[in-house]
Amino acid sequence: MGLFATTAGAIRRVLARTREVMGGSLGGPLSGPLSAEVIDEIEGRLMRADVGPGATTAIIDELRASHRAGRFTGAGDTIEFLKQRLKQRLQAVDRSLLMAPDGPTVILMVGVNGSGKTTSLAKMAASFRSRGQSVIIAAADTYRAAAVSQLEIWADRLDVDIVKGAAGGDPAAVVFDAVTAARARGIDVLLIDTAGRLHTQRNLMRQLTKIRGVAAKKIAGAPHEVLLVLDATAGQNAIRQAEQFKAAVDVTGIFLAKLDGTAKGGIVVAIQDVLGIPVKLIGVGETPDDVETFEPDAFIEAMFEP
Amino acid sequence: MFESLSQGLGSALRNLSGRGRISEDNVREAMAEVRTALLEADVHVDVVSDFCEEVVAAALGREVTRSLKPGDEMIGIVHERLTELMGPVDSHIMLVEPVPTIVMMCGLQGSGKTTTCGKLAAYLKGRGKSVMVAAADLQRPAAVEQLGIVTAQVDREGRGSAKVHFYAEPEKCAEYGRVTGVAVGVCRRAVKAARNAGVDVVILDTAGRLHIDDALMKELESVNRAVNPHQIYLIVDAMVGQDAVNSAKAFHERLAVDGVILTKFDSDTRGGAALSVKRVTGAPIKFVGTGERFEDLEEFHPQRMAGRILGMGDVVGLVERAQQEVSEDEAERLAEKMAEGRLTMDDFLDQLRSMRRMGPMKQLLGMLPGVGAAMKDMDVDEKQLDRLEGIVHSMTSRERENIKLLNKSRVKRIARGSGTSQGEVNKLTRQFEMLQKMTKQMAGGGMKGRINAIRELSKADPSMIPGMSGMPSLGRRGTTKTTSLKRRFKQRKKGR
Repeated sequence: MGLFATTAGAIRRVLARTREVMGGSLGGPLSGPLSAEVIDEIEGRLMRADVGPGATTAIIDELRASHRAGRFTGAGDTIEFLKQRLKQRLQAVDRSLLMAPDGPTVILMVGVNGSGKTTSLAKMAASFRSRGQSVIIAAADTYRAAAVSQLEIWADRLDVDIVKGAAGGDPAAVVFDAVTAARARGIDVLLIDTAGRLHTQRNLMRQLTKIRGVAAKKIAGAPHEVLLVLDATAGQNAIRQAEQFKAAVDVTGIFLAKLDGTAKGGIVVAIQDVLGIPVKLIGVGETPDDVETFEPDAFIEAMFEP
Repeated sequence: MFESLSQGLGSALRNLSGRGRISEDNVREAMAEVRTALLEADVHVDVVSDFCEEVVAAALGREVTRSLKPGDEMIGIVHERLTELMGPVDSHIMLVEPVPTIVMMCGLQGSGKTTTCGKLAAYLKGRGKSVMVAAADLQRPAAVEQLGIVTAQVDREGRGSAKVHFYAEPEKCAEYGRVTGVAVGVCRRAVKAARNAGVDVVILDTAGRLHIDDALMKELESVNRAVNPHQIYLIVDAMVGQDAVNSAKAFHERLAVDGVILTKFDSDTRGGAALSVKRVTGAPIKFVGTGERFEDLEEFHPQRMAGRILGMGDVVGLVERAQQEVSEDEAERLAEKMAEGRLTMDDFLDQLRSMRRMGPMKQLLGMLPGVGAAMKDMDVDEKQLDRLEGIVHSMTSRERENIKLLNKSRVKRIARGSGTSQGEVNKLTRQFEMLQKMTKQMAGGGMKGRINAIRELSKADPSMIPGMSGMPSLGRRGTTKTTSLKRRFKQRKKGR
């Protein structure tokens, strides 16, 4: 939909910097037939990218099957073939944000503590604003100290409205007010920031379900998007996170934050495979402009770099 | 915590136990499963390879082939190596004279530095040390304010009488990346202020940063040179994956980290990052963060953690928590009362409260051996405990002193007052009477009485324990429950 920058170059740019700093070399792509050595190398790279043992085994099995079926010959480049397959697999999904045909589009941001919800939300607000859409932010993190202030500073910098409640107050009430305000003021996009919570805390997960329910009750079809903000450094536990958040609020997509570090975020491959949740946006820096749509090609390329 | 890894390793090694004597091939096969378990736990791929090699070498060196129970032998070796990899024990915070001891916190964004600053301040305050927490995160919006609120709360509510000060220069904050370097001056002035105020420890909360952000990493180096901290702690999210190795290495190379604090350990992460980070930095893991409250900071004990990995539970940790929550005087007073059989409903309430102060029921139960796996999907109803408190609160003080006063009309009143049913009130009184009887026997009844009391206890229905009705039965035998209930009823009638 062209809302967010789509320059696949950003990941490459960031990666170049990563290589420079870490002093790593690209190490020529593995050519030749599918040997034990090649499999070891592939396994190592997938593992280092946090794809995880489960998905890695599945990928290698698939590779072996293709090899047996003669779909690539010994002369081919195993890794190139593998990349193509992975790209195809990730490509087949719609990654655009669902926008309400009329009335406010409601986007709910959820995630564990410290994954980057507030910063990611600010980035989205900036993008919508730059396209001339009106934005309102609901500060429904009433729990963490100064979370509302953090969002207020962002709202001020980005010149968007904010709806907030009392510290320690009921987050669902804040959402109720925000939805009412968004409708009354004819706002285009309502972004809801929620408190970080570990997916193991059932009470807090139930609270999240309630928040979602409040939005759904006021506006048909809302929330139009529920984005799980995932830290790119996350390990295998992210699958559990995605599972639990999906069960609680029916997550529609992932905002993969902090992809500008050395972490590859390979866990999203497993999450899309197992749970069918696609990555929709990525965060690649600290400024409000550092948000982009997810480009599977660039992502896969980056994943295989050592 | 490490429960899921325990399950993984458990199944891998159980396979081994079924096979009688083992050969080198057997060991290698089992290690393949150990390897998968460790990778699933997010231990770095290279660390896993090293670990497995070491275990195989150790196993073969010990002639495991001759062992009758190869599974047990392997568990022993894996446990030992895990302990070694995560150890040695060191949760000591080095304090210096003259004061203040300077502690610097650093880490990636969102790892939990600010929250951990509050926890560390509370930990030190609880040990009688005065603390100054300084806000050197000038980048993230409202980070200074957040730390201020956390610090004030610790000062107000934290255990111990020592003061927790807050140092900040909020006017120095600016948009991300615009104030690189300013934190150096803030830290320097904070240390000066701490010295003047004569506080024992000053904690510097720095901004989260990427390990590849050269400008911000240089800022940390400058802070390091300017104030020369006695301790530099790296804060690591326990849910982090393979990249933990890269970031930990980068921070360590620039700052020579003295210790690691793992956060968000109350999630169901397997926490393999602990192994990786320890291996890369060589710095001890000092503490783990286990909850949202500022008391939720625990000392890290590698052997216990290795025990957890292998499903052996964490009894020592549980006892330690109990000791922290119940003062010695209180315990002595209670023991006296128990010996005389004078245990009242008020004491029960106190006990219930101190138990709950130790943390959520589920977390406590998870520390018991064998319970960990069973508890994984169980929902402990903390509300049930609230109801119990409610029932006791609805009793008059005379009733609390003497439970035998309760008759039908009183029970009715209590049930109405606490919003519970008469059945619930009766159930509580029954449990309480049983407890009373047992404690009396335990304390004063001589050897025979004690044995009887323990027998009674082992017969008790686990569902009698409040809020735990969903718990799997602990293998209760016999049906003496009904008769003993009848007998107790008669006794109560007689006593009235």
